[in-house]
Amino acid sequence: MSFLDIRNLKTYFTTKGGTVKAVDDISLQIEKGDALGLAGESGCGKTTTALTIMHLLPSNAIVLSGKIRFGDVDLLTIGEEKLRKDFRWKRMSMVFQGAMNALNPVFKVGEQITQAILTHEEITKESAWERVEELFSLVGINPARAKEYPHEFSGGMKQRAIIAMSLACDPELVIADEPVTALDVIVQAQILELMRSLRDKLGLSMIMITHDLSVIADTCNKAAIMYAGKIVERADSVTIFKQPEHPYTQGLIANFPSISGEMKPFEPISGSPPNLISPPSGCRFHPRCPYAMGICENKEPEIIELKRGHFVSCHLKRH
Amino acid sequence: MQKVKLRGYEKSIIKFWSQYMESKIGLFGLALLIFFVFVSAFANILAPYPVGPKDGDSKAILKPPTSKYVLGTDELGRDMLSLILYGGRVSLMIGMLSTLMTALIGTIVGVSAGYFGGNTEELLMRFTDIFLVIPGLPLMIVLASILGATFWNMIFVIGVLGWTGTARVLRAQVLSLKEKPFIESARAIGASDARIIGRHILPNVLPLIVAQMVLNIGSSILSASSLSFLGLGDPTHLSWGMTLHYAFGVGALFSNFYWYLIPPGFCITLVVLAFTFIGYSLDQIVNPRIRRR
Amino acid sequence: MPPEETLVTVRDLKKWFPVRTGILEDLFSKEKKYVKAVDGVNFQIKRREIYGLAGESGCGKTTTGRVILRLLEPTSGEVYLGKQEVFSLTKRELNEFRKRAQIIFQDPYESLDPRMNIFDFIAEPLIVHNIGDEEKLVANALKTVELTPPEEFYYRFPHELSGGQRQRVAVARAMILNPEFIVADEPVSMLDVSIRSSILKLMFKLRDELGISYLYITHDLATARQVCDKTAIMYLGKFVEEATTEELLRNPTHPYTQALITAVPVPDPTGRKSKVAISGEVPSPVDLPPGCRFRTRCPYAMEICRKEEPELVKVGIDHLVSCHLVKE
Repeated sequence: MSFLDIRNLKTYFTTKGGTVKAVDDISLQIEKGDALGLAGESGCGKTTTALTIMHLLPSNAIVLSGKIRFGDVDLLTIGEEKLRKDFRWKRMSMVFQGAMNALNPVFKVGEQITQAILTHEEITKESAWERVEELFSLVGINPARAKEYPHEFSGGMKQRAIIAMSLACDPELVIADEPVTALDVIVQAQILELMRSLRDKLGLSMIMITHDLSVIADTCNKAAIMYAGKIVERADSVTIFKQPEHPYTQGLIANFPSISGEMKPFEPISGSPPNLISPPSGCRFHPRCPYAMGICENKEPEIIELKRGHFVSCHLKRH
Repeated sequence: MQKVKLRGYEKSIIKFWSQYMESKIGLFGLALLIFFVFVSAFANILAPYPVGPKDGDSKAILKPPTSKYVLGTDELGRDMLSLILYGGRVSLMIGMLSTLMTALIGTIVGVSAGYFGGNTEELLMRFTDIFLVIPGLPLMIVLASILGATFWNMIFVIGVLGWTGTARVLRAQVLSLKEKPFIESARAIGASDARIIGRHILPNVLPLIVAQMVLNIGSSILSASSLSFLGLGDPTHLSWGMTLHYAFGVGALFSNFYWYLIPPGFCITLVVLAFTFIGYSLDQIVNPRIRRR
Repeated sequence: MPPEETLVTVRDLKKWFPVRTGILEDLFSKEKKYVKAVDGVNFQIKRREIYGLAGESGCGKTTTGRVILRLLEPTSGEVYLGKQEVFSLTKRELNEFRKRAQIIFQDPYESLDPRMNIFDFIAEPLIVHNIGDEEKLVANALKTVELTPPEEFYYRFPHELSGGQRQRVAVARAMILNPEFIVADEPVSMLDVSIRSSILKLMFKLRDELGISYLYITHDLATARQVCDKTAIMYLGKFVEEATTEELLRNPTHPYTQALITAVPVPDPTGRKSKVAISGEVPSPVDLPPGCRFRTRCPYAMEICRKEEPELVKVGIDHLVSCHLVKE
């Protein structure tokens, strides 16, 4: 049985302009210890997926259907109370996009973490502070700095503090949303190394959300590519990068600049990501697909398991 | 090219209007305002009686509401309803004209300070501070007494003291706008300061200016009413405030001439409320800092 | 083919920003503090060359780009565009200069005036310089940046366009005056990955068809590799290494360059993993330590590094490095 099993998830948003089909029938599984890279461009639904798992969606969101099985419960049916008490922040936590800039400037950094701990666990304030100092050591910050304010921390340190916060209650699953996007190259490498080592040391399972394919190649053993609210392809990382089957995946990888290896010529994917209120009919990628056929405009492709663990959703592919 | 260009602006007007319609307060304020503007504009048709100084009915002095005089009469026998209708014109005119003045001064000071920075900004902001620090109403009273109580003097007095809020808000907006890449882009193509201010800064702060103006009208009318009430209004242009002044003059409060006090007071309140509601809704839409996306 | 002539020459460019301290400190302390954002930079860009300026945040690359175009006044130094020295231009000459050198910004969401329609925005340079024929030139510009049919875009506003489209509009505006030189400040870093290469392809097209040179500012070495003929690495206001991009990536000589390169992850799960070769983060550019600016993080720092700033020396054809470890 998988560690985390998402089936046919649909999360829509009601807005003034119409219903945004942000996540439109996705399925994926993670085993314990996996690091899954959820890749895609802006608006593809990756953050919404994460927020749905954590049950942190805004008020205009509706989870239309689906199951999110974590351990032996379905997160979508257990109710807010139980989710808050037993799951959110305790068994699964999230590093939000841009969180390092969302630290409250008037509270000491350590205090913000103790607040998080004390909300979820019945321990003394002293114990909470001790844990904060342990966490800081774990993420590579001098524990004495827990009593400092956010503006005294550098960008990299703030991100480490945010990661420490996500680990505060010893979760099994950490979802990181663009954890290194705003960081300089060298700090990025430091944080990625930290995340790799934490994964080993603590046996964490991770979902890494990013648009940066090189980050996924660097840290994740599995990858899922999202486009316009759908998962178009997923497999282990090596397969995705070396044998991509979906035209969008192929386009992304062909276009992704690399600092080493063969220089690739420019082969841009034409067009731009679609409007999720009225996405293209049939296969959502068909307006931009170099191989689009008649059927692609009319019928949504099924998800096919090409080989074990490698799923693609494209009319071009058969078993 | 001209005709077709307008298509673009139509779209933003439609978008703006649909946003405005979401605000019940804004719609209510707008309805109220339209009502008052309408009745003031057509006062000469709607008012049952004339309100000149010699038009009073000497047989109906200080009468409470009757079927003949629906809101009662004043000490000269003039119909209260008509007085209110005509008074609306004066109050609204004073409000709008003085606001035009505050908008002009406030925009010039605020935009110059924000855009040019440095010593110009220091000078202008300290100048603004002086006006801010001195209590408004007392200064208005002093000015009005010195200059004399006429319609135009009142507009001047209110205008020349009411621009500070606008100046500050605009300076803040311009400061943040100035840092935006599209302003740097304008400089990069060689646009002059005049062009940048006129073509890039002003259109982007115009919504804020308008919102400020609307809010200002409300407070201008209030200031005008206060000044008039204190006797510094123009007796030849009977505003609601002046009416209240005369009401107090004949001891309306103690003699319980309620029909003399309530209508003008009520109108002032409603109109100021209308402008405040509209200004608030506008502010919600145009002020980038408080706008909810 | 004969080598292209030099178009842009930058000589000992410096831009120092005074640090604002309190009034009392200003009165009583004799020493003024400066953020030495650009502290003595020298390079040349040839015609049709795409010259990359790379580094992390705070290294001074963005400031360099701005000062070269005189969008910021320099503290000292000279910049030549052809024969014109940019900082000694009169107001009128500066206006002419603006026709020859333009800029593309990083943020396609903030570099377009939200209240101007696309036609007016692209036509504005023509209006400022009193060049007529707006409709024809704007249509041409839109066609060049592949926003066709042009008429469809005239009356749209920025918020109706996607990020990629906005950036194309920005390019159209930059090229409408037929510049010889464009400073591109991280032009694709805020765009979706699938759109980036189409914008880069567009830049190449302009270079090939119109002979435009670029100063390409970026923090992303992988993109620099795709785009730049030559690249310089900046650290705290100075160049630490400069070479043809190929040579730079093949033979990185400065410890910082080496650290940067090993830190960049590659999109290949079977390839090498990103590594951290140096610790810490870029220090504050105020109060720089004496000697080599990089020594506080350099794994090979020696005694001399603390005392003397290294000079840029030649270590190969077209390869300059500024490090005490290196001899000419």
